Amino acid sequence: MAGRISLRRLSGLIRKETLQIIRDPSSIGIAFVLPVCLLVLFGYGVSLDAEHVPIGIVVETPSATAQDLVSSFYQSEFIDPVPYHSMKQAEDAIMHREISGAVWLRSGFASDLLSGRQAPVGVILDGVDANTARIVDGYIMGSWYAWLSRYVREKRAGYLRPAVELRHRIWFNPAVRSRNFLVPGLVAVIMTLTGGMLTALVVAREWERGTMEALISTPVTKGEILLGKIVPYFVLGMAGMVLTVFLAIVVFQVPFRGSFFTLAVSSALFMLTSIFMGLIISIGAGSQFVAGQVAIVVTFLPAFILSGFIFDIGSMPPPVQAITHIIPARHFVSILQSIFLAGDVWPVIFRSWLWLMGLNLIFFLIIMRKFHKRLL
Amino acid sequence: MDKNSLVLEAQGLKKIFRAGDRTIEALKGVDVQVRSGMVTGLIGPDAAGKSTFMRLAAGLMKPSDGSVYVLGLDAAAESQQIHEKIAYMPQRFGLYEDLTVQENLDLYADLQLFPRTKRKERYKRLMEMTGLAPFMDRLAGRLSGGMKQKLGLACCLIRPPEFLILDEPTVGVDPVSRRELWEIVYSQVDQLGMSVLVSTAYLDEAERCSRVVLLHDGRIIGSGKPGDFSAKMAGRVFLLNPARKEKRILQLRLSQKPQVVDALIQGDRIRLVMSEQLEPDQVGSSLSLPDQIEITPVEPRFEDAFIYLLRQKGDTATEVREAENQGEDIGLGIHKPVQGSRTDVVIDVQRLTKRFGEFYAVREITFQVRRGEIFGLLGANGAGKSTTFRMLCGLLPPTSGKLLVAGCDMLTAGPAAKKMIGYMAQKFSLYEDLTSRENLEFFSHAYGLSGRVRQEKIAWAMDAFGLEKVAGVRSRNLPLGFKQRLSLAAALMHEPDVLFLDEPTSGVDPVTRREFWRHINVLAEAKVTIMVTTHFLEEAEYCDRLVIMADGTILDQGTPDEVRRRCSTEENPSPTMEDAFIFLIQREAQKRSLVTVE
Repeated sequence: MAGRISLRRLSGLIRKETLQIIRDPSSIGIAFVLPVCLLVLFGYGVSLDAEHVPIGIVVETPSATAQDLVSSFYQSEFIDPVPYHSMKQAEDAIMHREISGAVWLRSGFASDLLSGRQAPVGVILDGVDANTARIVDGYIMGSWYAWLSRYVREKRAGYLRPAVELRHRIWFNPAVRSRNFLVPGLVAVIMTLTGGMLTALVVAREWERGTMEALISTPVTKGEILLGKIVPYFVLGMAGMVLTVFLAIVVFQVPFRGSFFTLAVSSALFMLTSIFMGLIISIGAGSQFVAGQVAIVVTFLPAFILSGFIFDIGSMPPPVQAITHIIPARHFVSILQSIFLAGDVWPVIFRSWLWLMGLNLIFFLIIMRKFHKRLL
Repeated sequence: MDKNSLVLEAQGLKKIFRAGDRTIEALKGVDVQVRSGMVTGLIGPDAAGKSTFMRLAAGLMKPSDGSVYVLGLDAAAESQQIHEKIAYMPQRFGLYEDLTVQENLDLYADLQLFPRTKRKERYKRLMEMTGLAPFMDRLAGRLSGGMKQKLGLACCLIRPPEFLILDEPTVGVDPVSRRELWEIVYSQVDQLGMSVLVSTAYLDEAERCSRVVLLHDGRIIGSGKPGDFSAKMAGRVFLLNPARKEKRILQLRLSQKPQVVDALIQGDRIRLVMSEQLEPDQVGSSLSLPDQIEITPVEPRFEDAFIYLLRQKGDTATEVREAENQGEDIGLGIHKPVQGSRTDVVIDVQRLTKRFGEFYAVREITFQVRRGEIFGLLGANGAGKSTTFRMLCGLLPPTSGKLLVAGCDMLTAGPAAKKMIGYMAQKFSLYEDLTSRENLEFFSHAYGLSGRVRQEKIAWAMDAFGLEKVAGVRSRNLPLGFKQRLSLAAALMHEPDVLFLDEPTSGVDPVTRREFWRHINVLAEAKVTIMVTTHFLEEAEYCDRLVIMADGTILDQGTPDEVRRRCSTEENPSPTMEDAFIFLIQREAQKRSLVTVE
């Protein structure tokens, strides 16, 4: 394989790498400062929940019934109602993006309802942001149904009772806090940064500065050079993982339902794929600049977009879904979301472990074939 | 080891690089033998193929064809075994700049599995040799260029290798450190019988080697003892002493004669290399020189032989020759004569200082340059040359002092004054993706030329610098000599009165360098004032006057002859420019240490 490994040489290389990491503020930045920034950003700043969405309420003829319905919107924490006198005004407000939609109670609403005729309620939504529009639609429907069932109960207006009633319950994340699934996914993104990006950059830096040329002309073996890079960055990445998980549980109050053992094994498997990818990139890239660019496109962006961290894989087109399988972060995100929100769901975890091990093997074979103690 | 056994044997060695659709043949089939127990020099200009050869020998590349055996091992297949026996120092030595001297040594000791118990003693010995003992805890990145190279060499020597390969260890290193590096190498050869292969582009270093191999354009053009090369030139080298103001015209005319191999300005004299052995009076008559010019035979140098070999081999040399031999015209038409007298002070610098924080890059320097002079700014890297240059061109504000170029302060001067100066940067600063013509078109635009004037100017530049035949070639693909002509042409598009050249000839082969200086001499004849920086001490001889800088101050100034004369000692009555430089630096260091003692 890669020749015998001398512990003396390996420890010399690891010591060198450690000193470089300690003295280079940018590696500390990528390993520890960036994770904290990302956590704060995703924990507090970015939220996929729609809360306090301004919605126009147009009541053409005020009546007790209409007022009762409107007040139910006021009770919702998701909707901030804004009263308008005519639909024209509400439409203008939508055009100016002051409100995200409008509920329209026509002049005959109360009388139609009382007389048992159809009493349609108009809902207009700004569909530019399809995701928010869908969520807001749900909230309005929810408020509407809640009011209607209360109305039926109070007024004993049995003729209005719907034939089928929907009762729903949300599992794993009952409060539907998007933070609860974003923050565990971040662990994958952060480990990709230290594993993929940092490793690609530091190895490319050695080629760029000519230190690699001096290094490979010494009796050092290929295996020692590779291990000399893998060990320090593995430790660094795992440290970043521990920090992130600690902050997630303690500061962001994300539930943790699985076991730390599963987390440790999964993280170790994932960290290796990240470092291997970093090494492969640095073999092809001659400069830090190219390595950085390639690492962003090949490791960081897929970990962000195609891993299921933000965007649901199930709603991607089938070919894209197939592609996500070769992205290690996708498997790790599945494991993380399972461990944090559901517990050790072994079928999910085993399947993901197998994938990660398979990818590790492939990456390892590529490195052994492509990395030589040679220029070009 | 047996003195005559071979540590390296290359046969029919070829290396071809492919970049896109271009192929570069770095080595075109070379046979090289390196004997054990001595220093063998691989001598050649940049891009000759030296680094490629060194890397093939160190087993860091695979040859395209042919073979190279090192210590009896095939470098292509048994590189790991070779790495256990040799030490190789690449051109940009890969020290870890964020590790200290001590940590770098420890790393290499670990890599070479040098026993811990013997380290202390070995480090002590190496640090004595390199003079790095006081700097053990300093980060390698904070060492000077010379110290870095010495540390690199020390790292290679921790476990003494059987065969040491050094790729241009002295490039960009100040002359004092250069001498020290050679002393360290020789101490290893003398004490341990180490075999060394060292490459260099400095021809004067050839004479320090036991044997040399001359590489040019991927081919071997000669090999043997350096003395043998110079010996062949005996009786062909002469010094002439023309009247001072005629020396340039005479040198230009002489260099075009077919029987002249080389004519160089050396201080106030001209060094002449003839193609055959002649008596001094025969030289005069053969070249129809005026009688009052004295002709003295001198000792040949290695460089004379190198130029002779190149001229014989053709390629670059012939090409340049052809350009030179276009009629009796010596190219005086490349610039309109500048108005004014040669006594005018064109550049006036008084007590100029530039401070960055606590650090004085330039401290209280004073000099004046007259119209039509070639004025040299000499010094090692970090001496303050570039800072001075940037201030003169108005790119950097001085901290204090007075500075006038053509009567204007360049920092506040308007575009009209800036048009008086031309600037040629150290690196080839033209657009590599544009053709020669497109580059000239761009630069003429940038200088505000337009319409008929611009067309005429471009046609002139193409003609004067012989660029017509490469007009449509992308400048990336031009030979180095043409690149330089193009840079110079671009800097001259607006016919400046003052021309600044920053290290114009670094990395250029001797023939191309001569051709470049031919243009500079012609410009000086047209009374263009030329200021040039160089760390190439040979080039100092081509200047009319020069200053020698170190640590931001001026150590000496005057004509090359004056400077050399002032530095002569009893042991060395006729020092070379390099001797003079080292003398000045050491005298300065002594002065400083006296000050500190007080």
